[in-house]
Amino acid sequence: MDTSIFALDNAWLALLLKVVAVLAFFLVAPLVMGYMEHKVLGHMQARYGPMEAGLGPIKHGVGQLVADGLKFLQKEDIIPARADRWVFALAPGVALIPAMIILVVIPFGPGLWAEDLDTGVFFALAVSSVSVIGLLMAAWSSNNKYSLMGGIRAAAQLIAYELPLVLAAAAVVVQAGTLSLVGIVEAQHSFTAFGIPVPYAVPQLLGFLMFFTAALAELSRPPFDMPIADAEIIAGHMTEYTGIRFAFFMLSEYAGMVVMSALATVLFLGGWYLWPGVPLPSGWLGALLGFAITMGKITTLVFVMVWFRATFPRLREDQLQRFSWLILIPLALLQIVVVAVFKVLA
Amino acid sequence: MTETMLPREGAGVVPGPPGESMLVEIRTGEQELSTQEMNLNVGPQHPATHGVLRIVLDLDGEKIVRAQPIIGYMHRGFEKLAEARDYRQIIALVNRHDWLSAFNNELGVAMAVERMMELEVPERAQWIRVLMAEWNRILNHLMFVGSFGLELGAITPVFFAFREREDIQHLMESATGGRLHFTYNRVGGLKEDLPRGFLKASKQLTKTIRVRNEEYRDLLFGNEIFVARTKGVGVLDPAVALDYGVTGPTLHASGVAEDVRVTEPYAVYDRLDVRVPVGTAGDSYDRFKVLLDRIDVSCDLIDQVIEGLPSGPVNVKLPKIVKAPEGATYVRTENPLGQTGYYLVSDGKKNPWRLKMRTPSFSNVQMIPHLLEGALLPDMIAILGSVFFVVGDVDR
Repeated sequence: MDTSIFALDNAWLALLLKVVAVLAFFLVAPLVMGYMEHKVLGHMQARYGPMEAGLGPIKHGVGQLVADGLKFLQKEDIIPARADRWVFALAPGVALIPAMIILVVIPFGPGLWAEDLDTGVFFALAVSSVSVIGLLMAAWSSNNKYSLMGGIRAAAQLIAYELPLVLAAAAVVVQAGTLSLVGIVEAQHSFTAFGIPVPYAVPQLLGFLMFFTAALAELSRPPFDMPIADAEIIAGHMTEYTGIRFAFFMLSEYAGMVVMSALATVLFLGGWYLWPGVPLPSGWLGALLGFAITMGKITTLVFVMVWFRATFPRLREDQLQRFSWLILIPLALLQIVVVAVFKVLA
Repeated sequence: MTETMLPREGAGVVPGPPGESMLVEIRTGEQELSTQEMNLNVGPQHPATHGVLRIVLDLDGEKIVRAQPIIGYMHRGFEKLAEARDYRQIIALVNRHDWLSAFNNELGVAMAVERMMELEVPERAQWIRVLMAEWNRILNHLMFVGSFGLELGAITPVFFAFREREDIQHLMESATGGRLHFTYNRVGGLKEDLPRGFLKASKQLTKTIRVRNEEYRDLLFGNEIFVARTKGVGVLDPAVALDYGVTGPTLHASGVAEDVRVTEPYAVYDRLDVRVPVGTAGDSYDRFKVLLDRIDVSCDLIDQVIEGLPSGPVNVKLPKIVKAPEGATYVRTENPLGQTGYYLVSDGKKNPWRLKMRTPSFSNVQMIPHLLEGALLPDMIAILGSVFFVVGDVDR
């Protein structure tokens, strides 16, 4: 399928459908991943995780995040007296929306995308860096020294890690010859390295690892969670937030995990195809199967992120900067050169 | 030209009169844009301070220029309170100043009173005291193993450590009835003998702890980020450590093997083989390594006690009201966190005239500013977590 399933004759109806689909995915997927984090961390740490909240006979804490969400709704929404009220109130939204907007361009299956932009990769990476403005707004407006330090750390981290992220994606773009995310999946489907069909993650393993590392740093996930280091600066920009606004920040963290994993899936793991060269059945069955395969890959990547959280301590800000500028960025540049040379020769 | 045209003191940019371009002055060297140090109040409630220690920092960026610990938020007046309690009650009282070393604390007080009364404590009671003291030591060290990892951002060790703590607490509960405040010592011996099966369970548990201890080593020392965060951080010079009166694992990590169990053995430590693990560099990494090694040493000691435990009574018959004769004595014991001393002065009544405590946490915290100056804020966490202290033990 070359066109989105949302491409209807009635443009307004199509728009409505797209908005509803993106919103639904945006609200459901992070909850599932959040629940997975609870349970996976629990079992890795010799405990159970949530067990009680659930729907009727289905327990095992499946309803835990819904319960948490309801709890956040009830909590008093405190704005510190000396805070900059407007900026403080706006910040969680600014942090949250970019993750939602990226979902618009991500293809989840054959035909399962809202928009196929010609500049898809560029759009996704550009939008993903906007969320740090939300963090900075929150940090500055809170009028709290811990928040400020967290915000400044987040900004420094973004500058250091945006570059390897973009460079790693650029190598894929060079290989695929297109900026469109759908185009990249299709190009990957017909890609062979020395006659063997493989996803881009195989020849560009280095790029994939760099992309994943940089994504972790951009999301402030362990081991790069210095901006929200709870033992040092007490959750950084989130220190002064309560209730639903705090929940927004949590949601943006999990949505960010989903979105970044989805991007890595599309760029490096072959998107909705199980393996390059293996075709999907056509029609609805193919779309469903493709969606399931994409979600499986995303879940695996999110699982690795959770695994890291259970395993690694936190790096120090200066160590992270050194790692990025002295190791990741030179390697990323080298990768682009190698990919370009092979592309020209092939 | 008016006066307002003159460059202001300390200003980088001087605006000219309307219509004229701005006069920009770029200064170099010492005249560079002056930055202000930020004053940051860490605590009394902060996740890294284990309770209510407050540290006031002057920060230049993330670099610590000055650090000043402010103590006393948890002062509960133990020394004064002890003057109004009899010795039986004091044993329950000293359980609580360092709540993670409860048995070792009560042992010190019991020994002080026994020394004043010139009591002969039954052999079996002495051995069991060592056994329990070592179990309590492991219990204490496991707590710090967990919390240190947690503060560095590794959230898993704390759950593993508490799993082991639970087993040990269960074991100690079977003998003493307490999980945190044991109150198992009495003047002249112990509350009662060990329950049946205790030794067998102990033997089993030391085996488990040794295996798990290896797991911690794998989990943390095999982790490059952990090493990067702790190696060379908060280096404590042995001379400085001795000047401040730092004791326990914090001192051992700097290479000084001063351990009361060896240098001035009490109970039956002189009949046991006590190994004192020491570090070389005196940094956070070594302090943590020494802590894990001490868990192994305690396991060895427990096994030795199980081998050599004699039979016999565990208590002596005493009058209903215990009175220490007139005089004074000083008892020091190697507590999990360092040397604890009790200076007991009695005027012959049923309660002490004065009970002065020397607690290891106080000396360790006293030394913290020395380590913090020049360190980074994230290093503060690595330092606070590895200079082992309990705030209740600082403030008393």
